[in-house]
Amino acid sequence: MRAVVNVFLKEGVLDPQGKASHHALDSLGFEGVSDVRIGKQIIINLDTSDRDQAQKEVEQMCETLLANTVIEDYTIEIA
Amino acid sequence: MNVAILRFLGTNCEFDTQYAFEKLGHKTQIIWHQEDSIGEDIDLVVIPGGFSYGDYLRSGSIARFSPIMKAVKIYADNGGKVLGICNGFQILTEAGMLEGALKRNNNLHFISKHQYLRVENSDNAFLNKCKNGEVLNIPIAHADGNFYIDDDGFKELEANNQILLRYSDKSGNPVVVNGSVTSIAGICNKNKTVFGLMPHPERALEMILGSDDGLKMLQGFDT
Repeated sequence: MRAVVNVFLKEGVLDPQGKASHHALDSLGFEGVSDVRIGKQIIINLDTSDRDQAQKEVEQMCETLLANTVIEDYTIEIA
Repeated sequence: MNVAILRFLGTNCEFDTQYAFEKLGHKTQIIWHQEDSIGEDIDLVVIPGGFSYGDYLRSGSIARFSPIMKAVKIYADNGGKVLGICNGFQILTEAGMLEGALKRNNNLHFISKHQYLRVENSDNAFLNKCKNGEVLNIPIAHADGNFYIDDDGFKELEANNQILLRYSDKSGNPVVVNGSVTSIAGICNKNKTVFGLMPHPERALEMILGSDDGLKMLQGFDT
């Protein structure tokens, strides 16, 4: 199975990269942008074909290493 | 005093740190990250600056899982003193041995310069040679030094006198350098045995290099 993990800074934690990109978009004339957040995407290929097991394993990976839950949230999509 | 200085792949301040502690008359040894124990004769473990594992994923996030860090955790749990400088501070927060986290600097720049710091709490094994409110001149060099902690965590740090240093001007007024919560530059754990700071005291040992205030900081561990 394939897991797609998205890691972002939590709401309320200032995202300096998002903010800088937002400013850049504004100055390039792109209107109506209310917020920009930058995160990272981690794609993991797993040997298992058990969806629940994959979900559980990837959750553990996120809690242990892939995200720093002091400042970051994550989402997991299993496909 | 016997000082153990850790070295990971990408550490680059181990020799400056060694020089600093030897200048202060201590015995030092550099310990490779694959080692899995801290000798019983060690009085202080220092995690020096650098770019462990290339800062991949997040600064310090991979180094914290190395065999030596398990030993450092046990050492600290038994009351052993640990000092993390720059990347060492990042590793200690990633390991959960210090509270909070270090984010990318607000201006996204790698900031490398001499910086004044105000001593906030000197009643601990690290800064006891300094006075509260004293201003020190110490170099900083980091991209991920923007200390973050949530409101409750901040209140706890403050209540327990865990805030060690703040970025300041020459007169001691806090200044914004990298976006850190209330300009925090260094903290310790509740038991005041684990210390972390972004500035580099080991780079401020001689006046010819701009400041020798680092000596006063590192001397704290003598007693």
